[in-house]
Amino acid sequence: MSELPIDVALTEGRVPERAPEEVPELHEVGCPDELRQRIEELMSRYPDRKSASIPALWAVQRLYGWCTPEGIRQAAAVMRVTPAYLESVASFYDLLHTEPVGTHQVAVCTNISCWMRGGDELLDAFRAAAADDESLFVTGFECLGACDIAPMASIDERYYGPLEAAEAAVAVGQLKAGEDVLPEKALEKRPLAGDADA
Amino acid sequence: MPETRLLLKHAEDPALRTLTGYKSHGGYATLEKAYKEMEADEVLKELEDSGLRGRGGAGFSMGKKASFLPRGEMDKYLCCNADESEPGAFKDRELMQRNPHQLIEGIAIAALAAGAGHAFIFIRGEYDSQADVLDAAVAEAYEAGYLGENILGTHRDLELVVHRGAGAYICGEETALLDALEGKRGNPRLKPPFPAVQGLYGGPTLINNVETLSNVPGIVANGAEWFRGFGTEQSPGTKVVSVSGCVRRPGNYEVELGVPTRELIEDLAGGPLEGHKVKAFYPGGSSSPVLTAEEGLDLPYSFEAMAEAGSMLGSGSIIVADDSVSIPHMALRTARFYHHESCGKCTPCREGTNWTVKMLERVVHGEATPMDLDIVASVQDNIIGHCLCVLGDSMAMPVASMVRKYRDEFEAAIAAAQNEAVAA
Repeated sequence: MSELPIDVALTEGRVPERAPEEVPELHEVGCPDELRQRIEELMSRYPDRKSASIPALWAVQRLYGWCTPEGIRQAAAVMRVTPAYLESVASFYDLLHTEPVGTHQVAVCTNISCWMRGGDELLDAFRAAAADDESLFVTGFECLGACDIAPMASIDERYYGPLEAAEAAVAVGQLKAGEDVLPEKALEKRPLAGDADA
Repeated sequence: MPETRLLLKHAEDPALRTLTGYKSHGGYATLEKAYKEMEADEVLKELEDSGLRGRGGAGFSMGKKASFLPRGEMDKYLCCNADESEPGAFKDRELMQRNPHQLIEGIAIAALAAGAGHAFIFIRGEYDSQADVLDAAVAEAYEAGYLGENILGTHRDLELVVHRGAGAYICGEETALLDALEGKRGNPRLKPPFPAVQGLYGGPTLINNVETLSNVPGIVANGAEWFRGFGTEQSPGTKVVSVSGCVRRPGNYEVELGVPTRELIEDLAGGPLEGHKVKAFYPGGSSSPVLTAEEGLDLPYSFEAMAEAGSMLGSGSIIVADDSVSIPHMALRTARFYHHESCGKCTPCREGTNWTVKMLERVVHGEATPMDLDIVASVQDNIIGHCLCVLGDSMAMPVASMVRKYRDEFEAAIAAAQNEAVAA
């Protein structure tokens, strides 16, 4: 009987050497009490604890700044799921970061309505203004649902617009100085469009 | 043209987002009436008779959808789809920001009609500020006894959870939303079974858009006939229309369905910028086929008129392109969005969006041949109807419409590049 051909996946190292990690034990992961309590509270809101996976990853990200491998293991231990499961969720969603992203996040919309009104130029201006500072994470983003204030940006999860390209440098300066960002451009302060002239 | 504000009534009052403010305008009286005096079937009948059509995009009858849920004692769920991510749409953001209690009241009444004991608001993660507003409002409603166990002493219960997404357009697709809510990657499911039969956690589930549910208190308070007094026969009620792009006053305007589209764009939103004119517009978000100004401006803004014109009302989001906008570039922007957001589950969408972007890049960078336009068109044909959900179709329909209606512009872009190459 002839020998079976050798599977190249084995010889070229494409098969993991270890079995995937199982559910980690809580005492192995050094989960801060505050995070454990938060995730337990989140799980209790749902008929099925797995529903808390996105909220739990949010909690990890709020604590560590991004979804660190250690943070994911801690959440996995609390939720009794594998770290790989939570990683599969984290890697699917744009707002969950699986790499470090700095302390301030700027997302500039480059979708249709913002593009028509200068979104690309605004993104370039933010990139230029933040170029020398690793604490600022500037990224182009798909539609943020604020075409009424195009071109706009979400800065640390709050919406601002309509923005001139020159205001990017102002906003970056305010972020670095720890000041309120472009207070007069905050979405929350805008009246309804139909009431604007009144 | 004046607006007709039903959902945005009193929305200029910042106090409206608090329980006290909402109650001072008569809020929660309808919930009280429904829970204390009405049977679930009565509420359901009112909703069916009103003809309220879903405001999330598909335009399906809300009452009919609710009636598909099986009767009897079992765990049923209601999900409010607040994952508003369609380019051009920003109406739900406004409704949640300014009037969160109207939505909560609508959810509670719809849950009564559907027999759901557990409800969720799935809000896109980018709307952090609006999710904070909802969290505060839900806490107030629990405190006041409008949510939770034994609501207003009626032995009826409802748990309501605000669930933040984490950035994925696909989660606005109702079955992907269910997967995301169950804690998974947001991939759409094969239908049937439809969510009304087997949805969240395998139980019967009613999924409605924010604006749809916000309409519920008004309908139950004033009756189906009152609601039908607004809008058209086939599109009753008002619509919060998001107008954006090349207009002077982009924003949300609430109008009766069936008003002339021209008045929405040129009157309320102020029309195109100085020295320009409307060239084309998406009538219902970026997934609707574009209409040229000649085709579309004089149509009534209703579900039926937009469908008849070969497009759709969708979520009610108008993006206006004026004569300065290059249609091939606009097609590329549109395609890039869907390419980015494709979840990758179905091949026609995953590959089709990718190749469409590549071919449109060739067009705008002057590397395409006229034959490429036919290939672009045929790729769109091969996406439509061939996937588990309509994300791919949502790119294919507008892109195909642009290539068909503005073929000369695409050909001119190709020819100009070729002439340049010859001259060089």
